[in-house]
Formats: sequence, C-alpha cells, structure tokens
Amino acid sequence: MLTQALFRALDKKAIWVIAIFLAVAVLVPMANLLIPPGQFGHVPTYLVSLMGKYLAYAILALALDLVWGYCGILSLGHGAFFALGGYAMGMYLMRQIGTRGVYGHPVLPDFMVFLNYSELPWFWLGMDNFWFAMLMVVFVPGLLAFVFGFFAFRSRVTGVYLSIITQAMTFALLLAFFRNDMGFGGNNGLTDFKDILGVSVQAQSTRATLFAATAIALALSVLVCSMIVNSKLGKVMVAVRDAESRTRFLGYRVEYVKLFAFTVSAIMAGIAGALYVPQVGIINPSEFDPANSIEVVIWTAVGGRGTLIGPIIGAIVVNLGKSWFTTTLPELWLFALGALFVFTTLFLPKGIVGLWHQARDRMRRRTEPEERPEPPTPAQSADIERGEDPASFGHEAQPKPAE
Amino acid sequence: MLILRALRLVLLALPFLLLPSNAIRAQDAATDISAAIQAMGEANLRELEQIVADLAATGSDTVVPVLTALGDGNLYLEETSGAVLIERGSAYLDPLSGEPVELGADADLSKIRVNNGLRRDIAAALAGMTLMSDNPARRLTAAQGFMANPDPANIPLLDEAIAAETDANVLAAMQAARAVTILGDEEQSVADRQAAVPLVASGGGRNALTVLNAALIDAPEELASTIQSAIAGLEQERAIWSALQNVWFGLSLGSVLLLAAIGLAITFGVMGVINMAHGEMVMLGAYTTFIVQLVIRQNFPGLLDYSLLIALPCAFLVTGAIGVGIERGIIRWLYGRPLETLLATWGLSLILQQTVRSIFGPTNQMVIAPTWMSGSTEFFGLSITYGRFWIVIFALIVFFMLLLILNRTPLGLQMRAVTQNRRMASAMGIRTPFVDAMTFGLGSGIAGLAGVALTQIDNISPNLGQNYIIDSFMVVVFGGVGNLWGTLVGAITLGVANKFLEPYAGAVLGKILILVLIILFIQRRPRGLFALKGRAVEQ
Repeated sequence: MLTQALFRALDKKAIWVIAIFLAVAVLVPMANLLIPPGQFGHVPTYLVSLMGKYLAYAILALALDLVWGYCGILSLGHGAFFALGGYAMGMYLMRQIGTRGVYGHPVLPDFMVFLNYSELPWFWLGMDNFWFAMLMVVFVPGLLAFVFGFFAFRSRVTGVYLSIITQAMTFALLLAFFRNDMGFGGNNGLTDFKDILGVSVQAQSTRATLFAATAIALALSVLVCSMIVNSKLGKVMVAVRDAESRTRFLGYRVEYVKLFAFTVSAIMAGIAGALYVPQVGIINPSEFDPANSIEVVIWTAVGGRGTLIGPIIGAIVVNLGKSWFTTTLPELWLFALGALFVFTTLFLPKGIVGLWHQARDRMRRRTEPEERPEPPTPAQSADIERGEDPASFGHEAQPKPAE
Repeated sequence: MLILRALRLVLLALPFLLLPSNAIRAQDAATDISAAIQAMGEANLRELEQIVADLAATGSDTVVPVLTALGDGNLYLEETSGAVLIERGSAYLDPLSGEPVELGADADLSKIRVNNGLRRDIAAALAGMTLMSDNPARRLTAAQGFMANPDPANIPLLDEAIAAETDANVLAAMQAARAVTILGDEEQSVADRQAAVPLVASGGGRNALTVLNAALIDAPEELASTIQSAIAGLEQERAIWSALQNVWFGLSLGSVLLLAAIGLAITFGVMGVINMAHGEMVMLGAYTTFIVQLVIRQNFPGLLDYSLLIALPCAFLVTGAIGVGIERGIIRWLYGRPLETLLATWGLSLILQQTVRSIFGPTNQMVIAPTWMSGSTEFFGLSITYGRFWIVIFALIVFFMLLLILNRTPLGLQMRAVTQNRRMASAMGIRTPFVDAMTFGLGSGIAGLAGVALTQIDNISPNLGQNYIIDSFMVVVFGGVGNLWGTLVGAITLGVANKFLEPYAGAVLGKILILVLIILFIQRRPRGLFALKGRAVEQ
C-alpha cells in the first residue's frame, strides 16, 4: 500500500525536484565548510543562512499550495501556523539559554524575570526537551488547524468567507502574542538564542547543518505532497476545488477531505517555521501579521499554484527580489510587490510554471499541429463575463453573488 | 465668631450700601480702598482684621486680589516708600491696578504676616463677597467652592445667601453646598444630617459619593443606614450611566465601522468581490480632505470652517473615479475568480499606500476640526464630544442616502437585480458591466466619505486604511451581504460589544474576543446575520 503510494508519488518530475534538493542539502554545506573562504565555489555562511530562510519559505509556500492550489481553500492565515511552529522552536531555544541570560536565572528566560514571573507557565514545561519541542512544532499548528478546520468546513464556510476568517484568526493571534501576559515575550518575541542540541546556533557548522535539514525537509515535503496529490484522495481534493457541490453530491465527505488537506498543510507550515527560527535568530509576533500571510499567497501564485514545483520557485524568486529591492531600492519594494500581485493575477494566472507549460505546448504544436483550446484572452474573458461565449456555458465564469 | 457676625451684618448691608451708586461714590470708594490698603502695611493683627472687614464691606471686585494675596502670604510692604505690593513670581504688582512696579535699589521688602484666625476671616470674606456678587456665574462658583471645602462656619452665610437667591441654578448649588456642609458637621443634629443626605445624593456624580463615604466613616447608626442606602442608589445610578456612556462610545465606534464597511458591503454584495484596497480608498478620502483644507486655508481663509463640507463631494468624486478606474482596469478581467480579485486588490492597496507615502511622506498629517465640531457637551451624565456626535449623524445620513439610492433609483434597481441573479438581470437587458463599474465607484466613493469623517478622529497617514480594513471585513461577514441593514446591525453590534468588553477584558483582549466570537458566529451562520435567501446552490 505504502510502497504503491510511493511509486505513484515518484513520478518523473517529483523525483527530479527531490533529487535536486537532496543534492543542494549536501553540496551547499560542503561548499561552505570544505572550500576555504576566498576560493572559487565557497559559499559564505551568511548566504547559507539566507538560502536556508528561503527554503523554509518554500516549504511554507508548498504547504499553502496544497490547500489552495489543490483543494481550493485560500487560507490567509498560514503565517499563523508558520509562526506557531516557530514559537515552539523558539521556546526550546530559550530554555537552552539557561544561566547565560542577562539575569542568569537557571529556569526562567530573561523576559519572564523582567516581567516578574515567579515560575514557568505550564505551557513552557517540557520545552527544554528537544523531541518534546519538535512534537509541539507539529502538534500545535496541526491541532489549531484541525479544530479550526473542523468547525469551518463542517459549517460549509467557503470562498471569501473562509479567507476572511482565517485572516481574523491570524489577526487575533497577532494581538494575543503582542500581550506581555501571554508568556511569549510580548512584542520583543523570543531571541538571543545560544544553543541547539548542545552546539552553538551561531557556529558555521550548525548553520550548514540547519540548511541541510531545511533542504531535506523541503525534499520530504515535496515527497509527501506528491504522494497526496497523486493518490485517490488527491484527485478528490482537486474535485473539491473544481466543483465542491458536485463532489458532495457524488457522495464524498468534502469537509473531511478539506480538513485533511488543511491539517497536513498547517503541520508543514509549522515545520517550516521551526526551521526558520534558528536560522534568523528571532521570532516575534509580527510573523502573525495578516500581510505576511497574504505575501505567502503571492509567492504561491507567482510560482504557479496547483503544481508542486511552482510554489518553491515562487517563494525563492519573490524573496530574492525582496532582498534585492530592500537593499538597493527600498522605497520601490512595495510598488514592485503590489505590481507583482496585480500582474500575476491578470496575466499569469498559472504562474511561472504555467508560462513554461504554455511555451512548451506552443513548441510542440509547431512540430505536430493540433487543435488545443487556448486560455482565454482578456477580450474573451469579457465575452465570457457577458455570457456571450458559448464555450463558457457550464464552467463558472460569472461573478457569484452570495447565495 | 464675633467678627464673623459683624462681617455678616456688613455683608447683608452691602447691596443697600451699593445701591445709590454714582461716580462720586465710586471715586470715594476707590480712595477709601487705596487708603485702607496703604494702612495694611503698618497695621497690627487686630487692625488688619478691621481693615479686611472694611475692605470686604466695600464689596468691590478690586479688593479681591489684595485679600487673596494677604491670605496666601503674598502681600509685602516696601519699607522705604511704605507701598504695599503683591508678589507674583519674581514680579511685584500694584495691589489695585495689577501693574508691575519697578523696585528701587534700596527697596526693603517685608512680608505682611497673618495668623490662622485672620486667614479664615479673609477666606470667609472672599467667599461671602462672591456669594453676594451681582453676577450669577460668580455666585455659582462661590457655592461650588463652598461645596468643595465644606466648613461649618459657612452655614449661616449660606443661609443668608439662599434666602436672597433668585436664580434657580445657583440656589440649587447653594443648597447642595449647605447640605454637604451640614452632613460633614458632627455638631449638627442627626435628623438635620439625615435630611441633608438626599440633597447631597441628588447632586450625583463622583463628588457626592466621596462626600457620602467620608460622612459614613464615623456616622451614628441611623444616619449610617440612610447614607448607605443613598450610596447604593448612587452606585446603581452610576452603573446605569456608565453603561449608557459605553453604549454611546459603542455607537460612536459602530458608526465609524459602518462608514468604513458599508462601501465594502455594496461591492461585495453585488460583485462577490472583497476589495482589499477599500481601506486605501478611505485613506485617499482623508488625504483629499487634507488637500482641500490646505487649498482653502491658502486661498479662501473665510471658508475654513466649511472645509469639511466642501471636502465631502471632492472626496466622493476623487475616490469614486479611482474606483471606476480600478474596476475598468483590473477587476473586470478577473470576474468569476473572487479570490484572485482579492489578491489583485491587495497588490493595488500596497501600490496606493506607497504612492501616498512617496508624495506626502510617512508622517501624520493634520486636518483642523471646524469650530462647530470641536468641544463637547454634557448630556445628563454623558459627556459627548461634538466631533463624535457629528460622525454618528453623518454615518446615519450616508446609510439612509444609500438605502434611498438602492431602493428608489434606477441604478439601485439594477444593482439589486444584479445582486440577486446576474444572468437573469443580463438577460433582461441590464448592462451588468456598467452596473459593476457604477457599484464599484459608489462603494469607493463612500469609502472616500468615510475618509473625510475619519480625519476628525484618527491620524492621516498612509496606513490609515490598514487599521480599518480587517474591522470592515468583520462587519461585512458578520452582517451578511446583499442587505444594508445587516451592515448597520453588524457595525453597531460590533462597536457596542467592543466597548462593553473593553472595561472587563482590556482593549486588546476585548478585540481578540470579538474576533473569536465572529469566527464562531460564522460557523453558525456561514453567510452572516442577514443572508440573501436563494435557491441556488453555491457554484
């Protein structure tokens, strides 16, 4: 059963993607550690961490793609799962500081001493154990997504309404984590990390290892997503995306399918957050900002949703652009990001990957002429919108009033 | 005591003395006063008492500064010239004219000393003078002064004043002052003090509670029970008023939410699109107001008070035009893909924000409130600021205008038709793209109007819209679409609930609770409070 799923999952494309990231996981740390600085091929440590950050973002984008691209659930709150995973990791790292904090308290992190806590809040207990913390990285976002999704999908909250309440969720968490008495460090968040598993977070080798771990996690995420979307369940997910009511009428429990996708996706986002935090060295409530979650959506959209490689490309490309803009032309970054949103939705509904497919199809058609329906041009869309295009009958091209 | 009584006689006689007032008398009085003040310099305590009584007897306002200074120990004698001077800061003033006096190099100042008895006399004289003043406002202040510092010695004084008082307001204040004094005086009979309790309580407010609580400390038994019941009554009254005050704050917040959300509700209802750039339309409306005021201030300063009224149509037209532009340029290409419209408009909002930031800078801009919108009024126990009051009124006007447009104009009819069944409306010859553009323009224009109103309560910054966009969403999904009343009820409910939760849970936790409640509410009613009813299944 599992081997079968594995075989199905490992189609040619997925194998390539996984192989590339496994290779990256080995080669980049080697280039960092083995090739001495100054020599050709050396990757400086800061770049390793930066790339690790991008790969963590890529996992997050892939997680969003699983729900949005394959299941049609536009979550505007995936940053919340990411941040929760990050906070779980941050709590572990805080507990590892021990007596090296500014106040030197053996148990309490600095901010708790500062805020006059007499003992550790219950939810901090056990977080000094790495494996327990890792369990929480998976468990907390997963549980939140499960409970949230269970109620939302059972009540058939769909479309824009669901997007808005996921946004409300992350906004509520943002406000909550800003409060000092929540016990998560208020608006300063958790920072000043020292050790992870007994080795320094700052050390070159640790950074290289974290990068490798992130790349491997990304490869595994691709594998898991590939297994899911190539299974029968994956087909049902796509059916839910394309025609939810019809799928329900065919006898599928749409809400469970959605719940599964949402929970798996949240867990992946949590893991991405946990890998992100030690590499950037801080986690604070601004990660819950609804704007962040929307940015994740644009990574996915730029790369191409409904594909496995698209969100990864999107996350890396957009963040490379962000890094470049914010250092060279900081005031233009928001223009560029905003234009990217508009441009992608208008002209690249299938993202970079869609563009690639289009180009490939055109090449093929030149060699073997064949009638293929082209994607509607804006003028055709207008016809469709006016109900004047017979081809549009049947599939939904009309704005839906709330019914 | 003897002096007091004498003083009182003088005071009683005062109005009669002053009645045949004419220039000569005034002249005489002025010389008398200045002579008396001169005499203060060399007077001993006993003589000072007499002078104070004489000065009080003149009933002239000019003696008030001198007496005050004497009581406060700020009155000095310049030994060389024998002049009496008032010290204020580092300057020395002439006691009658209040002009600063240049001191010679050989000036030798010595303070005119008073004792406690004299100080009391001075205070009583001052209070009595003001209590008997011709000016009712002045008498009122005096009575309030007595209430704030109750002294049993004032009771006879108050009695006289009450007997002579004609102004109802002042009379009430005097009686309240008298009641407070009697209640605090342990030498009075219990019955008298009991009788004073309801009068004190009727004053209401925090002051009455303080007075009653103070009197409770060592009150005899039967008095204590009276006071306690009065306190209980007051507490209850206060609870009701504070609840009402919360309702008012809630209404005020709700009206702001209503303004911000109502445009969103229309576009969402008709086009099924959540316009993420809606907050930026609000922001642009606020900046339009800022520009309008700037132009008016430079060119037509006389119209400054009406700049907000002039800004209203400007903001509506500017944001409405931008809205139509957005619809024609971007949104119409994305029909049938509501989630992608959400992303495109989000991108647009980033661009608009950054544009405004580049033009006007990231700092906050100011719009001056017109005179008719500044200040506040007391409405029974409620304090109502005019700015907030006008915003509530304005929100309601906008709401009912919109209702009128939707229900009584051809455009409204077409909009409702498109909302209910787009294909059918199209089949009946309604140009749905035109209706969409107009709807979007109308929604954006109303956002601009909201921006004009928000200039009065918020900072005008490029982030202005961001602060309202999530709240507006909450209102829309809570109220449900396709029905303006849903938006009204949603906005007011959220506003009032927010303000009621705030005192118990704090502002932030209250907001979190509201968000959680909305998320839970959406589970119960996935289409909001007032959902459009229809047979079509989604998709």
